[in-house]
Amino acid sequence: MGGNLLTNFYEAVAVILFGIGFTTLLLHRNMIKKILGFNIMDTAIYLFLAVKGYITGGMAPILTNGVEEQAYYINPVPSGLVLTGIVVSVSVTALMLALTIRLYRRYHTLDIDKMSMLAKKEDL
Amino acid sequence: MHLIQNFPFISIILCLASGVVSSVLSGKNAKRLCISLVSLLGILNSMVLFYVWKTKESYTFMMGHFPAPWGNELRIGVLESLMAVFFCAIMLLSLCGGMKRIFKDVEEEKTNLYFVMIDLMLSSLLAIIYTNDLFTAYVFVEINTIAACALIMIRNNGHSLVAAAKYMIMSLLGSGLILMALSMLYDLSGHLLMSNIKEAVAQILPGSQYEIPLTVVIALLCVGLAIKSALFPFHSWLPDAYGFSTPSSSAILSSLVSKAYIFLLIKIFYRVIGMDVMIDHKITNALFFFAVIGMLMGSLSAIKEHDIRRLIAFSSVAQIGYIYMGIGLGTKAGMMAALFHILSHAASKSMLFIAASGLSEVSGNSKDFTDLKGSGYRNKIAGIGFTVGALSMVGIPLFAGFTSKVYFAEAAVNASTSKMAIGMVILAISTILNAVYFIRAVISIYTPRNEHFIVPGYKPAVTFSVAMVFFIVLNFVLGIFSNPIMDAIEVGLKMFA
Repeated sequence: MGGNLLTNFYEAVAVILFGIGFTTLLLHRNMIKKILGFNIMDTAIYLFLAVKGYITGGMAPILTNGVEEQAYYINPVPSGLVLTGIVVSVSVTALMLALTIRLYRRYHTLDIDKMSMLAKKEDL
Repeated sequence: MHLIQNFPFISIILCLASGVVSSVLSGKNAKRLCISLVSLLGILNSMVLFYVWKTKESYTFMMGHFPAPWGNELRIGVLESLMAVFFCAIMLLSLCGGMKRIFKDVEEEKTNLYFVMIDLMLSSLLAIIYTNDLFTAYVFVEINTIAACALIMIRNNGHSLVAAAKYMIMSLLGSGLILMALSMLYDLSGHLLMSNIKEAVAQILPGSQYEIPLTVVIALLCVGLAIKSALFPFHSWLPDAYGFSTPSSSAILSSLVSKAYIFLLIKIFYRVIGMDVMIDHKITNALFFFAVIGMLMGSLSAIKEHDIRRLIAFSSVAQIGYIYMGIGLGTKAGMMAALFHILSHAASKSMLFIAASGLSEVSGNSKDFTDLKGSGYRNKIAGIGFTVGALSMVGIPLFAGFTSKVYFAEAAVNASTSKMAIGMVILAISTILNAVYFIRAVISIYTPRNEHFIVPGYKPAVTFSVAMVFFIVLNFVLGIFSNPIMDAIEVGLKMFA
């Protein structure tokens, strides 16, 4: 068990970071901190992917000096996934921030519980 | 290659393109483009359905002609194209029914953006249905989330903004889990295409060192998609999101968005992990457990509601429970019942949301049952629509909901003993609970009172009446002529794996 943890050190760190981000996004009441949590969560996944795609001693997967043998390069697919994932998380972050700004202008608070209460009061 | 084989891909691209074009059009033109696009896609996809039905086998569409382990693929069978046709039809009807309200609820200079979001939504729905690549599915799940969030918040009042924020947070949690699961699954199998992953997963023997990671992957995928489709303990975002957005949005969200995620889950069950592996890992039991609790809790929360839209929203929680119960039975009959219920619930729920908007329109835009009294007389077609939807939800014979309940009961009888007992009892209790609040709602809208809401010479919009009539017909078709649809689902499931 302990040995596995040491060989998979980066993966373990990635999963712990994922947990931190996940709980922040789920439990924190402040919208900005929620967004931070979301970013930590996604970045943790990118770390996980990048580590999994890395082959010790491998170069970036771009053909250099005519070397065509696979063993010299790292796996390019996870890097591609990370890039796509970054695009997705950037756009989602932008949307969340825009939403937060709108909510802040309306209710002058970043606390999501207070916002729901104020929204309910608006009805009465 | 036959021309028709290209249509699924063309549909997705057309949606994305018209989304881009709509962003520079005026609201009216964007509406025209959107409506004609959805109808066109309905026709294209029904041609695909007809084609696959005739050839009796599914086919793979290679994007850019890269063969299997490298390229990105669409895979089209009867089930996928049936879902696509159905989704287009429901989307068209929901849009037509709520068109007047869209132009009222959305600020004038932003109406075209609403249709941009509808286009994006449809493209992501079709892509999720057709894709054979897990990562593509993830990307379109995110596009779907963004479009859905925009559809909720575009109404721009306090409630819908808060609801959108809540929806977004829960959805992001779900997609985070899905992405984590995908990364792990990629590391386990070395593939992203569904069929290749399945081959790799089949080689993971029970007791080997990769079995626990596989269990983790399955759990993460199921929880992620369950959050997104609002299975019981994760339904907190649902009532607000459905209750406060514009009626078309609620109809589309409840009947299509959550269903697409469930469809993706079923796809993962059959095509990525394999049904046997899923059952071995006991995930079906977990889904079954939460589904039956959801069936009860959704209805119990609905009984307490006085707001017609939130009542329908809570009933969605119960109905999602039904679908997961079918999946959780772990048998083919259960899965077929679940797939049929996806169709019948989508048809009834979108009709209920649209009808409810028609009813509150003649009651001073109130959604409270005290104001809605007698609205069934003031807006006759909406009253009839609501009644049909409610009876279908309760499960009165001839309506769509009854047929799916029969299939559920049949599937439960043939499942294992403990699941049969629990399934049957909960089905019975849940039907009674459904009857309590839906029949009460119907009685309430036909109680004559509240004369001061009578608008002399009120006529519902033509599109609304037409949509309502089509919804009612669709409900009866699903209820009475369910056999061919069940046949199609059965053939589709065979092609699915």
